[in-house]
Amino acid sequence: MTLTVSDLSVARGGLPVLEGLSFDLPAGVALILRGPNGIGKTTLLRTIAGLQPPLKGTVSGAEDQIAYAAHADGIKPTLTVVENLIFWANVFDHTGIEEAIESFNLTALRDRPAGALSAGQKRRLGLARMLVTGRPIWILDEPTVSLDTDHVRQFADVVRRHLEGGGSALIATHIDLGLEGTVLNVGPFKAAPPPIDDFDGGFL
Amino acid sequence: MIALLLRDLKLAMRAGGGFGLGLSFFLIVTVMVPFAVGPETELLSRIAPGVLWIGALLACLLSLDRILALDWEDGSLDLLATAPLPLEAIVTIKSLAHWITTGLPLVLIAPVLGVLLHLPASAYLWIFVSLLLGTPALSVIGTFGAALTVGLKRGGLLLSLLVLPLYVPTLIFGAEMARRGASGLSIETPMLLLAGISAASVALLPFASAAVLRINLR
Repeated sequence: MTLTVSDLSVARGGLPVLEGLSFDLPAGVALILRGPNGIGKTTLLRTIAGLQPPLKGTVSGAEDQIAYAAHADGIKPTLTVVENLIFWANVFDHTGIEEAIESFNLTALRDRPAGALSAGQKRRLGLARMLVTGRPIWILDEPTVSLDTDHVRQFADVVRRHLEGGGSALIATHIDLGLEGTVLNVGPFKAAPPPIDDFDGGFL
Repeated sequence: MIALLLRDLKLAMRAGGGFGLGLSFFLIVTVMVPFAVGPETELLSRIAPGVLWIGALLACLLSLDRILALDWEDGSLDLLATAPLPLEAIVTIKSLAHWITTGLPLVLIAPVLGVLLHLPASAYLWIFVSLLLGTPALSVIGTFGAALTVGLKRGGLLLSLLVLPLYVPTLIFGAEMARRGASGLSIETPMLLLAGISAASVALLPFASAAVLRINLR
């Protein structure tokens, strides 16, 4: 269940953004990714989630083990909170959405259409989806965007419980979540700009 | 897989889901044809099978851009791609949901609308059977087009341009089968070809759609 990334290079739009990344993510550990905007955190997470192929290097242990939460929450506005969660629970062959609803304070909003939720409430619903996947490795891309401070703390508690239960988490974030995790700054892994070959060089 | 199908059907029924859009479009097109060509019953009954086929095909086209674009916009497609379902299954289910919400109602309503076009009595059965055989191909080919254009903003128009030429074989054999049925000729050859096109599309195109979708999700 250890996620192993070795000598990984990732590209966005054909241009390499990060290169030479290697790390292990064993069970029970949270790895916090840091780095300035545009450095390639999202691209790295998408590559690990298997949504795009790596330029070089390998990701192992991710297949059918990861639950991915992107910037977009994947919520259908015309379905209610409960219907959205039940759908994702069924897709992942998992039962029991009550824990997810309680963990993210969604009890009062159960039967509200998701389109009528505020941005922060939508985000809580999107994060509650992670609990109904039943997957051990969580890949979270800036999970705390639009959450208030209380709910950031609550979210950190949920992640902590997930880690205690033998799960692991890979989180790209700019704020301090108060989690006891390893911090990985991806800044130094910035890929060198592609060399200008002579043909183009003549014009520059 | 059942969960995805039920969700898509539920979404289609709810506000803004577009259920009935194709159906109303089909109705309006069929009502307008007699206004355009004049109330000559003989002419109308001769062109009725073709008009019904064209109407059904265009109505089918209307809702194609909803198959994948909405899921792409709200991020569900990325999340589905990391779910235990293979992408091939996802696009197949999406085609099936499109057929149930768009194709099937068109098949059922076409004989009724035939009345407006003075469709010969002998043709009612054949227009129904030809659409029943042909519309699954329309949905599956349409899903392929939707997968090709999924990342594009306002991709609907491009989608129509890409998909319409691919609809030509289905249209030719579907309308030919209905026309032959209407004039009491043998329908065997066009029926077999139409069924063949549908079967081949349903069997092969989901793989192409999934491959295209993988590239578009990068």
